[in-house]
Amino acid sequence: MTTRADNPSSVGVVEPQTLHVDGPMPLDCGKQLTQFDLVYETYGTLNADATNAVLICHALSGNHHAAGYHRDDDTKPGWWDKCIGPGKMIDTNRFFVVSPANLGGYNGSTGPGSAHPDTGRHYGPDFPVVTVADWVRSQDILRAALGIEQWSAVIGGSLGGMQVMQWAIDFPNRLRHAVVIAAAPKLSAQNIAFNEIARQAIVTDPEFHGGRYYEHDVVPRRGLMLARMLGHITYLSDEAMRAKFGRDLRDGRISYGFDVEFQVESYLRYQGASFVDRFDANTYLLMTKALDYFDPAHAHGGDLAKAFAPVTARFMVISFTSDWRFAPARSREIVDALVDAGKQVSYAEVTSDLGHDDFLLTMPHYVNTLRAYLDRAAREIGA
Amino acid sequence: MNTQATNSHDGLRDDLALISNWITPGARVLDLGCGDGALLAHLQAHKQVTGYGLEIDPDNVIECVAAGVNVLQLDLDAGLEQFEDNSFDFVVMSSALQEVRRPDELVDEMLRIGRDSIVTFPNFGHWKPRISLGLRGLMPVSGSLPNRWYDTPNIHLCTVRDFETLCRQKQVDIVRRHVVNHAHRSNIGMRTFPNLLGEIALYQLRHHATR
Repeated sequence: MTTRADNPSSVGVVEPQTLHVDGPMPLDCGKQLTQFDLVYETYGTLNADATNAVLICHALSGNHHAAGYHRDDDTKPGWWDKCIGPGKMIDTNRFFVVSPANLGGYNGSTGPGSAHPDTGRHYGPDFPVVTVADWVRSQDILRAALGIEQWSAVIGGSLGGMQVMQWAIDFPNRLRHAVVIAAAPKLSAQNIAFNEIARQAIVTDPEFHGGRYYEHDVVPRRGLMLARMLGHITYLSDEAMRAKFGRDLRDGRISYGFDVEFQVESYLRYQGASFVDRFDANTYLLMTKALDYFDPAHAHGGDLAKAFAPVTARFMVISFTSDWRFAPARSREIVDALVDAGKQVSYAEVTSDLGHDDFLLTMPHYVNTLRAYLDRAAREIGA
Repeated sequence: MNTQATNSHDGLRDDLALISNWITPGARVLDLGCGDGALLAHLQAHKQVTGYGLEIDPDNVIECVAAGVNVLQLDLDAGLEQFEDNSFDFVVMSSALQEVRRPDELVDEMLRIGRDSIVTFPNFGHWKPRISLGLRGLMPVSGSLPNRWYDTPNIHLCTVRDFETLCRQKQVDIVRRHVVNHAHRSNIGMRTFPNLLGEIALYQLRHHATR
């Protein structure tokens, strides 16, 4: 029988690792974590002079499990398995890929579902609000612990792309290349509005219990499901939904009722319901807040070019034409500011159909652009 | 002097080698319609130039990235307003003038963004197109105009004289002009009768007020 590990283009079965950090770790909100765990996975091999490391920053619903399988009979690989592996866009034959789960997450690094060290109870709503900059600081602790002086590249899509920008601003000497995919320099009012509806869906669920639902042995299923359904709409383009579902009816006829009739309704309910089983409501609240707060230009009077002044990394910025959540114009704001600041940047606008989630897929223009970029990054360090 | 440029430019396309000769070392360059990035790659390697190429074709963008050239996938027809005044030493546009929707506006933008601008275009006033159209009644096809009328990207062809009339109207200073055949060689005939004998025209322009 062939196993997951036998697939030559897969990193195979991987085991998450944990870095325990005895704090204190001060956070932007003014609070601190006295201790925390960072859970991460690695793929590929770190070279002798530790120059071939690549950091993957995950987006809202991501975690440390970016590639490969946890068990040989897993049906689903990590969230970016299409792009990370031997010979793939992010080639583990050349790079040592590090994929941490962010603080505040679920089922990985320390988050609201973890035990508070003082009380032994779940953090729940007491878990401090973390920012993109906090995440980047914690990722830098992981970098040092792994003996890496400088990342060859830091790569991320969406909220992950925001972490990449923060890395380049806060730790300019710690990365050679910054790859920002389907991101934005800050959320628009419309983006924040969608996040707020998602949060309201969660906190008004009667089973939310002020964020202490763990102690009641329930989860705010309906709220989290609604939040995910709403989010999912913003990840897909109008055209993609039309192509996938049109106005198809599940049972072939209208029933003049309020149960699931259209295929798109069925799909959204399925997406929402399956999300509840693998995600945490408090984490959803935290992740959306981190998105809302991200705005590196704010400290510079709204001038993003000034925020980029310390940058020494070379940037590759990629957007997707059908992405309306973080449309190409948002990526061009990043590019324009980098140009104004006199930084090294390339920009590719990939023609796509699906929408925001296109960054997880493998359109040839996208893959070939990033492959060419990372090929140069690898050759710079002799990988 | 420029006609000998090709030898020292290891495989660089002749017209790009000519442009390269006009660019000062260490300059900040914006290359409009940069193709596969050959000019910028050459300038980076040999003249410590920094800058960006603008290119709309995805395959060319990949070529640029592979060549280590900063490339921005943007449409020239969408405008260049995001670039600040006088933010580049040179703005270059090689063989793209005749392909854009409003060449006159793009030249204005080049002059605004760059201290100097370098423009090249196929000269429609060359005797061959004149004969093709004037005597044979056919749209010209030649080395510098390789496409047929129905598949050409050229929508605004002009002559040396047309272009210089535009420059005069805009009060643009022509710092230098170089007119070559399609093998990118020049001779005394082309220098004397550029509009009749030159197949490709190269101009270095500067805004009158900044001189």
